[in-house]
Amino acid sequence: MNTTKTILPYLRLSGLEPLVVRPETNFINVGERTNVTGSKKFARLVREGLYEEALSVARQQVESGAQVLDVNMDDALLDGEKAMTTFLNLLASEPDISKIPVMIDSSKFSIIEAGLKCIQGKCIVNSISLKEGEAKFIEQATICAKYGAAVVVMAFDENGQADTLEKRVQFSHRAYKILTEQVGFDPQDIIFDPNIFAIATGIEEHNNYAVEFIEATRQIKELMPLTKVSGGVSNISFSFRGNDVVREAMHSVFLYHAIKAGMDMGIVNAGMIQILDEIDPTLRELCEDAVLNRREDATERLIAYAETVKAKGKVIEKDESWRLNSVEQRLSHALVNGITDYIEADTEEARLKYPRPLDVIEGPLMDGMNIVGDLFGAGKMFLPQVVKSARVMKKSVAVLTPFIEEEKARMVAENGGEIKSAGKILLATVKGDVHDIGKNIVGVVLGCNGYEIIDLGVMVPAEKILQAAREHDVDIIGLSGLITPSLDEMVHVARELKRQNFNIPLLIGGATTSRTHTAVKIAPEYENGVVHVLDASRSVTVTGNLLNKALKKNFLTDVQEEYVKLNENFRNKRPVKQYLPIEDARKVTAGIDWNEFVPVVPKKLGLTVFEDYDLGEIAQYIDWQPFFIAWELHGKFPAILTDEIVGKEATKLYEDAKVMLAQLIKEKWLQAKAVIGIFPANEIGKDSVAVKDLNGNDVDLHFLRQQIKKAPGQPNFCLADFIAPKSSNKQDYIGGFAVTAGIGIEKWLEKFEKEHDDYSSIMLKALADRFAEAFAELMHERVRKEFWGYASEEHLSNEQLIKEEYQGIRPAPGYPACPEHTEKYKLFDLLDATNNTGITLTESLAMYPASSVSGWYFANPQSKYFGIGKIEKDQVIDYAERKGWTVEEAEKWLRPNLEYDI
Amino acid sequence: MKSIYDCAKERILIIDGAMGTMIQRHKLQEADYRGQRFANHHIELKGNSDVLCLTQPGIIQSIHREYLEAGADIIETNTFSSTSIAQADYDLQALAFELNVAAAKLAKEVTNEFTAKNPGKPRFVAGAIGPLNKTLSISPDVNNPGFRSVYFDEVVESYIEQVRGLHEGGVDLLLIETIFDTLNCKAAIYAIKTYFQSIGQPTLPIMISGTITDASGRTLSGQTLEAFYISVMHAKPFSIGLNCALGGEQMRPYIEELSQIASCYVSCYPNAGLPNAFGEYDEEPADTAHIIADFAKSGFVNIVGGCCGTTPAHIQHMAEHVKSIQPRPLPVVETSLAL
Repeated sequence: MNTTKTILPYLRLSGLEPLVVRPETNFINVGERTNVTGSKKFARLVREGLYEEALSVARQQVESGAQVLDVNMDDALLDGEKAMTTFLNLLASEPDISKIPVMIDSSKFSIIEAGLKCIQGKCIVNSISLKEGEAKFIEQATICAKYGAAVVVMAFDENGQADTLEKRVQFSHRAYKILTEQVGFDPQDIIFDPNIFAIATGIEEHNNYAVEFIEATRQIKELMPLTKVSGGVSNISFSFRGNDVVREAMHSVFLYHAIKAGMDMGIVNAGMIQILDEIDPTLRELCEDAVLNRREDATERLIAYAETVKAKGKVIEKDESWRLNSVEQRLSHALVNGITDYIEADTEEARLKYPRPLDVIEGPLMDGMNIVGDLFGAGKMFLPQVVKSARVMKKSVAVLTPFIEEEKARMVAENGGEIKSAGKILLATVKGDVHDIGKNIVGVVLGCNGYEIIDLGVMVPAEKILQAAREHDVDIIGLSGLITPSLDEMVHVARELKRQNFNIPLLIGGATTSRTHTAVKIAPEYENGVVHVLDASRSVTVTGNLLNKALKKNFLTDVQEEYVKLNENFRNKRPVKQYLPIEDARKVTAGIDWNEFVPVVPKKLGLTVFEDYDLGEIAQYIDWQPFFIAWELHGKFPAILTDEIVGKEATKLYEDAKVMLAQLIKEKWLQAKAVIGIFPANEIGKDSVAVKDLNGNDVDLHFLRQQIKKAPGQPNFCLADFIAPKSSNKQDYIGGFAVTAGIGIEKWLEKFEKEHDDYSSIMLKALADRFAEAFAELMHERVRKEFWGYASEEHLSNEQLIKEEYQGIRPAPGYPACPEHTEKYKLFDLLDATNNTGITLTESLAMYPASSVSGWYFANPQSKYFGIGKIEKDQVIDYAERKGWTVEEAEKWLRPNLEYDI
Repeated sequence: MKSIYDCAKERILIIDGAMGTMIQRHKLQEADYRGQRFANHHIELKGNSDVLCLTQPGIIQSIHREYLEAGADIIETNTFSSTSIAQADYDLQALAFELNVAAAKLAKEVTNEFTAKNPGKPRFVAGAIGPLNKTLSISPDVNNPGFRSVYFDEVVESYIEQVRGLHEGGVDLLLIETIFDTLNCKAAIYAIKTYFQSIGQPTLPIMISGTITDASGRTLSGQTLEAFYISVMHAKPFSIGLNCALGGEQMRPYIEELSQIASCYVSCYPNAGLPNAFGEYDEEPADTAHIIADFAKSGFVNIVGGCCGTTPAHIQHMAEHVKSIQPRPLPVVETSLAL
């Protein structure tokens, strides 16, 4: 158990909660509105002593996504020390604000120190500088260190502010040396602010300020890689005061380029960062011209555009005959048909008609949902409709909730009344995993059946699951996950449930889970009921059985017996297969004749980045079949549209999808980004491939080989077999790609959630997934035809593409041909994928946004997809050696592929 | 002689158990607390355990001795409340410095005795720095959340005086413990740094031990465990850990988490379970030791001991259970992010 851990030099900050800035952490928003110099409203509130309202400004910043709160009290009319102390002390009693770290912002060090004395977390001091010489700088830095604060260093020296690229870098480096060598600062606690100045001011010397800031950022990060770069973003657009449309566009464009250069955080109005793709393309181009100083008349053109900016609006209408029925019938109709148009007014009408608000839920709403439940149970209604019904239900309940709460409070005050639900079910996607479409569907379906759902979201650690289970006294825990490492995490949760003496059943679901895995690995860890649930519709019966006292025991006994049998079968069956020692397996490779082989030299080596790919073009590559599977409608596409049973609903779903698809493309809801790369590579023995990265260094990729004993002459495949060996003296190549179609999705999901619209939320996620896959298909085609160009004559239909009738493959780390996930780090490094696409990796190597695809390109005509299957310990040991791991580590990551027990 | 660093590398170290619980066994009366020196003091002194260092030094030393016999490597000075701010409750604020010097000397005498007997197992004195009865980030007045009953500078001043007393009395380590408001702890860290800077000597090794108050997993001042650790990392402590409020069983997930994130040694000295209906701690020594041994086997800890309700018997059982278990190895602290 005593393995040595590694602590990485991340910038770590804290309020009530930690904020750890990892390389894959996205840009950090520092909320700017709690600044008397920047916000007139805040200044007035503080000056008038209206601190309660001033706090609400802070709260609004947190709610809009600020991850750090900048607090500035530099106002000539204020006692700055006192205002800082008062505000921070009040802030400390607001956990929803003080959960994030504070940035104490002042040009007077006495105000900074007053702030430092009030803050329990690790904060940021903004700022200190060499303005008043080294001695003062060291003195102030030492004080910051004694309070444990990180510092922002402004690019100043004794002679003034750095206004050229060279000075920005030079001053920063000088400060760095003093801080690390004389004061004892950790490099990661140093944040540079290389001065953002206003551009497009009409003064020619200002035109290059943004370019210089961006380049200075790049150089600072290269020279001092652990440090961070920040800045006051709104300075850049100062000359467009009063024109928020232009200012926000400028900020987004500027940030886009600065972040790519390595800018880690910035002081921004957290509620007002515009999505780059939502900016009118003309404006965006004008802003880019100005920010990047691309044309001499950039300022004039931007000013001219600014004059024209105006607001827009929109209108929609509709009506039906069912509106003439009674309110109960209307509610029922709305539920069964999933119509939300009138639900609020109808609910209100019903609420006034019934004595208690709860009666509306227990009466007409539940009647309607029972019809939905019956139809669904009888297979007459399908998941997409149920989700739409749930949307109606949720909206209606949202109208009633305040009244119910009010009544509840009254009842508790009077005599202690309680409201019961059919049962409480906790749902979570386990730690390290971000996929939640399935989990959300289960939540909706169970919610429709009267269960109270506690949904903890994604990436939930075991302890949090158990704690929430205890806190809410839930009746069932449901775990979900899509990637293979999540299977281990589920086992871990089961062990913890046992260790902490839980006795409630555990449900397991998600695409990689299976009845067998559940029976063999999870069920033996926890004896109080582990049930694998195949899909959402099954979840209703399973929970029904588990929460019915009369049925539960028999049901669990049956499941347990079945699992014990599965487990036995699994274990008994296994020795039947025979495995080759790894050395022997390596003798029967794919057997490509390298003497005959002529490698195709790629047309374009190195990286190609696609910032914002046309969604319309990607849409043409969509494979629709998995989309229907996500909605639990099974059948081949397009035959499913005319299927006797599900055809009608499938068609409706397809139509809804196409409507959203069109809107999504037109309004650019999502941003598609990609990076591809092609690199020189050769096989170097032992199933490894040496790849030359962009700097000419060798990166060794380690692959696994099939080890099962096959019929004589049948090869034991390994992906390394498809790359020419070094000994052939032929330069071969390998490619890699990472694509995402999920950038910007959060905003829409949040919107749908706010509107209680699970249907649209699930629809969008399912579409984004399709986009990501389609995008991968499209890029692969372009690589084959253009960038690598080994199949420039290829002409295939989308159908043929889906059937993979092309030459070459694109396997992904974590999938059957190369199942070990951590090779994805190398793929991401080679492609600089996180910087180039915004995709980050969780600790289990899941990609975030979830709608992302990555993998290797193999071009050899004989390359093909295969599964590694199970492997023996000798290969695990060999693999551990190659990776520089202990055998235990290798076993941990290879667990799903191990032929033996550990 | 081996330093505390050498010892921590070799084995899991044992820190002593409760002082208060042991003092209670002596059933001391008001007159015993006062002794001769404070016979005419104008306020009742019963309950001021720290004053016993002056009035009943024999009892305090006998308790230290019992813990050392049970196998403790580190004993804590009886100075949990020996600050001018806390002693003000007894109008003894003027004695804060003297209390610390006396307590440190008492403890050091006994550890010297034991170290002389067995130089292979040196014993250490940790100067106990308590959390104060006033908090810097929580208002005592619910109607005025911005109000504070004490200010940072006052707390720093009070802690500097305590640290100076402990240092002059000869302690080997400084232990900031039972932290329920991180800002108080940061003031103590500030005081320690300021004091050692002012005398131009290297800082003594600092142990930091926070308190998770309940199942929320947070400190009383609202921080999560990781946020707490991040807030005090700048002390570059010898160890970070948890004590008080919870029994070992309830502490497990938090100790596990600390063991994952801490770059220094990890300590754990829980209460003897949760208090029963009478407010007494009744977890048996063997049971506490069992829980602690599980932590040790899981590789979570470097320093273990007891807080409220634990006794020399608890410490002895613990010491027995963990003696053959390897301590948690110190993590590798990387200085670059290159792979």
